[in-house]
Amino acid sequence: MRKYLLRSTALGYLLIILIGPLAMMIWRTLGDLDGAWAAITSHNTLLAFKLTLYVTAIAVPINTVFGVICGLVIVRSTFPGRGILNAFVDLPLALSPVIVGLSLVVLYGANGWFGFFGDHGIRILYAVPAIVLATVFVSLPFVAREVVPTLREIGDEQEQAARTLGASGWQTFWKITLPSIRWAVVYGVVLTAARCIGEFGAVLVVSGNVEGKTQTATLRVDDAYQFAYGNYAPAYGIALVLAAMAVLVLVAMTLVKPREEAA
Amino acid sequence: MEGAGAALSIGFVITFLSVVVALPIAALVWFSAGSGFDAFWTVVSSPQAVAALKLSLVMSALAALTNAVLGTITAWVLVRDDFRGKSAVNAIIDLPFALPTIVAGLVLIALYGVQTPLQLDLGFVHFQATITFSRWAIYFALLFVTLPFVVRTVQPVLIELDTEMEEAARSLGAGEFTVFRRVVLPNILPGILSGLTMAFARAVGEVGSVILITGNLPYKTELASTFILQRIDGDPHGAAAVSVVLLTISFAVLLTVGAFRRHATRHERA
Repeated sequence: MRKYLLRSTALGYLLIILIGPLAMMIWRTLGDLDGAWAAITSHNTLLAFKLTLYVTAIAVPINTVFGVICGLVIVRSTFPGRGILNAFVDLPLALSPVIVGLSLVVLYGANGWFGFFGDHGIRILYAVPAIVLATVFVSLPFVAREVVPTLREIGDEQEQAARTLGASGWQTFWKITLPSIRWAVVYGVVLTAARCIGEFGAVLVVSGNVEGKTQTATLRVDDAYQFAYGNYAPAYGIALVLAAMAVLVLVAMTLVKPREEAA
Repeated sequence: MEGAGAALSIGFVITFLSVVVALPIAALVWFSAGSGFDAFWTVVSSPQAVAALKLSLVMSALAALTNAVLGTITAWVLVRDDFRGKSAVNAIIDLPFALPTIVAGLVLIALYGVQTPLQLDLGFVHFQATITFSRWAIYFALLFVTLPFVVRTVQPVLIELDTEMEEAARSLGAGEFTVFRRVVLPNILPGILSGLTMAFARAVGEVGSVILITGNLPYKTELASTFILQRIDGDPHGAAAVSVVLLTISFAVLLTVGAFRRHATRHERA
């Protein structure tokens, strides 16, 4: 009896918050499939998706390299201020994306500390560089956070053994350390990619949101809803494409997670 | 890690974090300080800003607490219960993490928006389950985006937890509630608390999921994040002032999460 009560509470909650609304959005998109499809395949929507993928393709490698090195520094080295570093890496998770955007606007704005870029004709704000900076900021912690516990768990005995046998630091990293944390890295990369594709608040502030130029896929959804004039199929349709990408991410996560735990 | 490689790595990590994260935040704080404390205080203590900050904190706390209770139940069901489709339910829990927040907002509008199919017309009275432009919209959106946190911090602890302890308590005559309160809860409490604080931190800054569904009505559904957003173009100093307050709250929450996590790991080692 108690078992069924708990089960129906959990499933009922998921139905109200998650599954029901999601099913309804799919239903509404199917209700005007032609309208949704026209919106998805329109020139500016395709450009928006292209920009999102472009920014993701830049931000993910940057944060992967940073995340792995940062994880190594946190776990394998001792220096004063390591605790502060550890806390600092998590900061983007707790910060409102709007604040991330505003701080970039202040830093790179005409009167900002880095305003000199604009004086030399290098456009950062309201252009692709600012979108990349905002995306790198918000997706920064994911690889590091996955790598840190795995590095702690595997310990450094194998690395020390390699060192005693004469391997250089570089060789030890490529032959011992990286292979043993690879699934954690892959999992972190998947999470980073999801965050990059889904970023909205920070990009909204720094991008200028110009259709076909600085409008990412999530901004496109926002636009399609705001200018829907009662016809919401375009917004639902574009949102559904993003949701499908999220489901792909989810599938990748479930495929990678067991291996990570086994490693 | 030692020698030149270690020094180089440490240098790289610190430089990268400084340029990407620390400098923008320092610039924001500097910008806010530039207008003087009086100007800062005038904005921050204005009734509209106070209302927005208060609403953000209260709604985030409500959503985090709700998910602490329902997330713990969900984790329990996923670990101890067995039914068809359980692995699918387990996978879908992570969806709010993977789904763009603007899509999350739209998903809720699809079911609970003005065109909701959840209507009941009794002739003399008309029920409609619409939440848009109300505080319910904020509550639902924050519940959606913070759903996985507590589930994912409690679930691994429950998996590790030996049922023998509970059986021993039961054989000694403890009732189900006592077993939960005295045996299970002390074990999963650090997980619940760290999930709860992370959910709270996430909810306080939330933008994407609330921007379309709440309508940003001042004093009613305007949150701190949307307050900032609306002022960035016209009143950047006002936006920066409220940002600094929100930033301070985020730092405090982050330190709390760190403390919980340290406590949890110390607990493990003991």
